Amino acid sequence: MGFFIETLIGGLMAGMLYSLVALGFVLIYKASGVFNFAQGAMLLFAALAMARFSAWIPEWLGIDSLWLANVIAFFIAGALMYLVAWLIERLVLRPLVNQEGATLLMATLGIAYVLEGLGTSIFGTAIYKIDVGMPKEPVLILEGIFEGGLLINKEDFVAALIAAVLVALLTLFFQKTVTGRALRAVADDHQAAQSIGIPLNHIWVIVWFVAGIVALVAGVIWGSKLGVQFSLATVALRGLPVVILGGLTSIPGAIIGGLIIGVGEKLSEVYLGPMIGGGIEIWFAYQLALVFLLFRPQGLFGEKIIDRV
Amino acid sequence: MKLRKLALAASAAAAICSSLLVAPAALAQAKEQFFPVLVYRTGAYSANGSQWANGYVDYLKLVNARGGINGVKIIFEECETAYATDRGVECYERLKGKNGGATLFQTLSTGATFALTEKAPVDKIPLITAGYGRSESQNGAVFTWNFPLLGTYWVGAEVAIQHIAKKLGGVANLKGKKIALVYHDSPYGKEPIPVLQELGKLHGFEVQLLPVAHPGVEQKATWLQIRQQKPDFVLLWGWGVMNSTALREAQATGYPRDKMMGIWWAGAEPDVKDVAEGAKGYSALTLQHGAEPNSKVVKDMLDLVYAKGQGTGPKDEVGQVLYMRGLISAMLGVEGVRKAQERYGKGKVMTGEQVRWGLENLNLDQKMLDSMGFAGVMRPVQTSCLDHMGSAWVRVHTWNGSKWEFTTPDWYQADEKLLRPMVMLASGKYAEEKKLKPRTPEECKL
Repeated sequence: MGFFIETLIGGLMAGMLYSLVALGFVLIYKASGVFNFAQGAMLLFAALAMARFSAWIPEWLGIDSLWLANVIAFFIAGALMYLVAWLIERLVLRPLVNQEGATLLMATLGIAYVLEGLGTSIFGTAIYKIDVGMPKEPVLILEGIFEGGLLINKEDFVAALIAAVLVALLTLFFQKTVTGRALRAVADDHQAAQSIGIPLNHIWVIVWFVAGIVALVAGVIWGSKLGVQFSLATVALRGLPVVILGGLTSIPGAIIGGLIIGVGEKLSEVYLGPMIGGGIEIWFAYQLALVFLLFRPQGLFGEKIIDRV
Repeated sequence: MKLRKLALAASAAAAICSSLLVAPAALAQAKEQFFPVLVYRTGAYSANGSQWANGYVDYLKLVNARGGINGVKIIFEECETAYATDRGVECYERLKGKNGGATLFQTLSTGATFALTEKAPVDKIPLITAGYGRSESQNGAVFTWNFPLLGTYWVGAEVAIQHIAKKLGGVANLKGKKIALVYHDSPYGKEPIPVLQELGKLHGFEVQLLPVAHPGVEQKATWLQIRQQKPDFVLLWGWGVMNSTALREAQATGYPRDKMMGIWWAGAEPDVKDVAEGAKGYSALTLQHGAEPNSKVVKDMLDLVYAKGQGTGPKDEVGQVLYMRGLISAMLGVEGVRKAQERYGKGKVMTGEQVRWGLENLNLDQKMLDSMGFAGVMRPVQTSCLDHMGSAWVRVHTWNGSKWEFTTPDWYQADEKLLRPMVMLASGKYAEEKKLKPRTPEECKL
């Protein structure tokens, strides 16, 4: 029983991180109707910027404090993500207004290649470290109840906590702020939003910037866990089954979807894996999402689209 | 009209002059040996691939700086594969006929090696897979164009068990033990399985197989299983980010790192550098060499290539594990050409077929290796028509938290009595499947 609970907790904590990655997809889809294939590349770019600036700043400014260097690097990386958002709006989205969804989708693929290439050209291809002081050693709890106790990975726990706080902040931002409401209005109907004076271009910059900040936070967390390297771009793929399952337009969907996928893939790998050869967790997540699609094509929380014929 | 004739005459004269000028250039070009270089400087494995590539091309530059191969200059061209098999095959097709024809290919990918094994005999180009590729390709009678020089994954697996047995105080103590293999779920990662299972039957230990999907960034479930099953040792057959992730997960689940041992592709600086103290005690097999910053060949590299501003990568990476792997891989190819020249003409450009002869008659004795700057780095390599591996020496180095070091001076040699029958069986099956007639010892003499 202890092992089952341990696996469950591990899955929930991994799921929280998947939710964070999935949130990037949802934000952009909600505001601009684009499925953003560049989310992984944005994550890599942001993490590379954070890792490199946190290493360069102590050299440049003679700062000894790691904490201060990290804070400055975070703001510089954030500013870079704003620049990326602005450039994307200017160079990609604005010229493609009123184009087919597939065109915009392909454009995001192009953005992904540009960001991956640019990021590795500017910042390098080696493995870089982000040290934000995350605890690495595990902790055992409830040793009196379960034999051998329950092993909790402190780093995963802190990461899940940060992800949860960010998700909560974003939810508040969407529900309670004027900009957040404007974003939702644009998501519901571009033309209606424009007719009441919401500047579409400005909103797109904001939403891509917010998605960039989400990518930065996810990049810092994953980068601290894995080291910053090209593989981080593939981490975003973990968010795909989450948005399929949770629905592309729902923030709660991204959260619940992430948790279901996280738990589902860990339990499947541990309990089903040994029976069918192992290494199944990645494709199992997609299978799980596809099963949900059979019954709810719009995902768990997605909007049901009814077209008049 | 006159003007037109004048123009025609001038053009003709220019053409003749330029052909006279081009002729020596063409002659000079005929003295160039072309080395295509399949690399991955981008993609999920770029951090590791870049170091290998830097070592490889730097060595080719060093050979040129030393005067070429008996005067024949090396030219090379990189092709980016991103460690994708299809792109590896595409690079092979693109480069095989370039610059007078490819001397040889080093695929740096087991997947690409599987894909190219049938193409190489048709194109008559040798494939060197130093420390990787198909283990059964050691049998040169069947795999006539493959050269898994220095060792195969079967060698690695067998030596890993020898080392564990030594730690336990003898082979008899392996009985009843559990050894988990955490492996990259790819042809590369699956290579050691037959040997481990065979040794498990022989010595009475249990082998637990734990595959990890590419690229290996998610291993929580794998390490939860390790925590539950408590294997006595964990063998790590990973590549790139999979290795550092495995070490981080081991730390997070409290699995002792000194009970973990990696294959040579899981034993370089990028695998452990960021995990630092968290990887302390972790060991890895080496393909003879480890990090060799003090070797003579590295000093020559710094003096003859880097001091002139011609180095490919960062200077501080020269001599690191993967850099050395690339460098030694290039050296083996170059020595294949040099050996071929002994038979087919010194100072001449060799064809792929001639280089194959050179590679299967390699005889790099210690004196020769020492003179080339490899003293203390590697042991002799001697191939034959029937043995395309040439050496089965392995050492084990350990990460001390900041660098790799050889804690024990021991050299291991894989047990050929166990491996040779497996090689013959697997290569025999391959020959049967592909309807190949293995070369006889008489045919080898030709």
